[in-house]
Amino acid sequence: MSEQEPYMEEEQEPSSARLILTLGIAGFISGLILVSVYLYTKPIIEKNKAEALKAAIFEVLPNTSTYQALGLMEDGLQVLGEAEDAPEWVIYEGFNGEGERTGFALPGAEPGYQDIISALIGYDGSDERIIGFKVLESKETPGLGDKIYKDEAFQLNFKALGTDPNVAVVKKGEKSKDNEVEAITGATISSNAIGRLINGSLEQWKSPIRAYLIRVRDSSGTPQEPAATRSTADSPTTSTEGGGGHAQSNNHAL
Amino acid sequence: MNTKLEIQDGAAAQEFIKGLWKENPVFVAVLGMCPALAVTNSGINGLAMGLATTFVLISSSVLVSLLRNAIPKQVRITAYIVIIATFVTVIDFLLAAFFPDIHKELGAFIALIVVNCLILGRQESFASKNSVGLAVMDAAGMSFGFTFALLCIGLIREVLGSGSIFGFGLFGEGFEPWIVMILPPGGFFALGFLLLGFNWYAQRKKAMA
Repeated sequence: MSEQEPYMEEEQEPSSARLILTLGIAGFISGLILVSVYLYTKPIIEKNKAEALKAAIFEVLPNTSTYQALGLMEDGLQVLGEAEDAPEWVIYEGFNGEGERTGFALPGAEPGYQDIISALIGYDGSDERIIGFKVLESKETPGLGDKIYKDEAFQLNFKALGTDPNVAVVKKGEKSKDNEVEAITGATISSNAIGRLINGSLEQWKSPIRAYLIRVRDSSGTPQEPAATRSTADSPTTSTEGGGGHAQSNNHAL
Repeated sequence: MNTKLEIQDGAAAQEFIKGLWKENPVFVAVLGMCPALAVTNSGINGLAMGLATTFVLISSSVLVSLLRNAIPKQVRITAYIVIIATFVTVIDFLLAAFFPDIHKELGAFIALIVVNCLILGRQESFASKNSVGLAVMDAAGMSFGFTFALLCIGLIREVLGSGSIFGFGLFGEGFEPWIVMILPPGGFFALGFLLLGFNWYAQRKKAMA
């Protein structure tokens, strides 16, 4: 880039108008290209995100075949209709093939060692236990902090984890109580972040879910009938329509 | 401008080959260090970064070479940056849409291709002065050289740091990975030893000649 142009002096200075015009045209064309590529890729990118979320819901809630989105409204948790604008806080309620509730998928986010870790927590509302956990996004150190989602042993912590009064992170091999998570050796900060993430999410959702469960039981005695928003594992079209809308709006809540 | 109107086969091949070896952007010119060190913690990441850069460099070179007489020299750098940034954003969107996993791994470094001095450097010193054919050969040579270098660094770091090649385990259970190799210092180690090897080879060749 250090080369001197030999023709610097020979040519006449182009007018400012020409310079501005050149850059204006360049910017305009560039803008057109970017807008068209953006519009072309946007639905695909959003579909990817919705599908990743959907896969995560089925993963953190074992035996789930359908789910519906619940939004936190002023009067507690409400089933979200398809056309409704999703509120800021959304969780997902999973059902198995017989229509029995398998649990709730709760989003959570917490700063880790590098950046915000966002995750989905599988929560059994009646037992008040954690039954699954999946990291959705994290930039933790490769080889150390990324074990929060790569290490099998760490994942086993979340198969059946008590939450009373909250979740505690302890050193590896020192787990003695039901609600304790064994940290990853060499990744204490990331492990502790997971603990805080779970506790933060539970603090927010535990009582709305309790209230919701009581309300549902009182009103029908049986689990709530499937709403229009329910998505099925085997029919991807309905699920993208139903889950997709909420999934997008959920992303910034994460 | 010393525009070559005709593309001679020899000249074109020359422009292509120089980027691969003699003027390799990473090992000889030591350009584009930021992506070369930052994203090469595995072979596939190095390869993906190299290919994304290849797309941007070749497309920008074609456009800059085509427009070399239309862009006034006073605003040429700005115009190059606009062109490069456009292609970078395009590849960013495309990767997010079609290869979400790779896009997640490379993260912010895709957007940072804009400031890779290799790309602006080739526009300023080559594409803006040569015909489209030669510019493409030059860009292809340089970007394949860059991709090759990133792949080398990525593979070395992956083999030592994770004990695998492109995600396939190599050594079985008994291998304790050198975690430092996939952390940032590992990038410097791998690059340092590769530069050492490259320079040693070049000097020995010179001494023998």
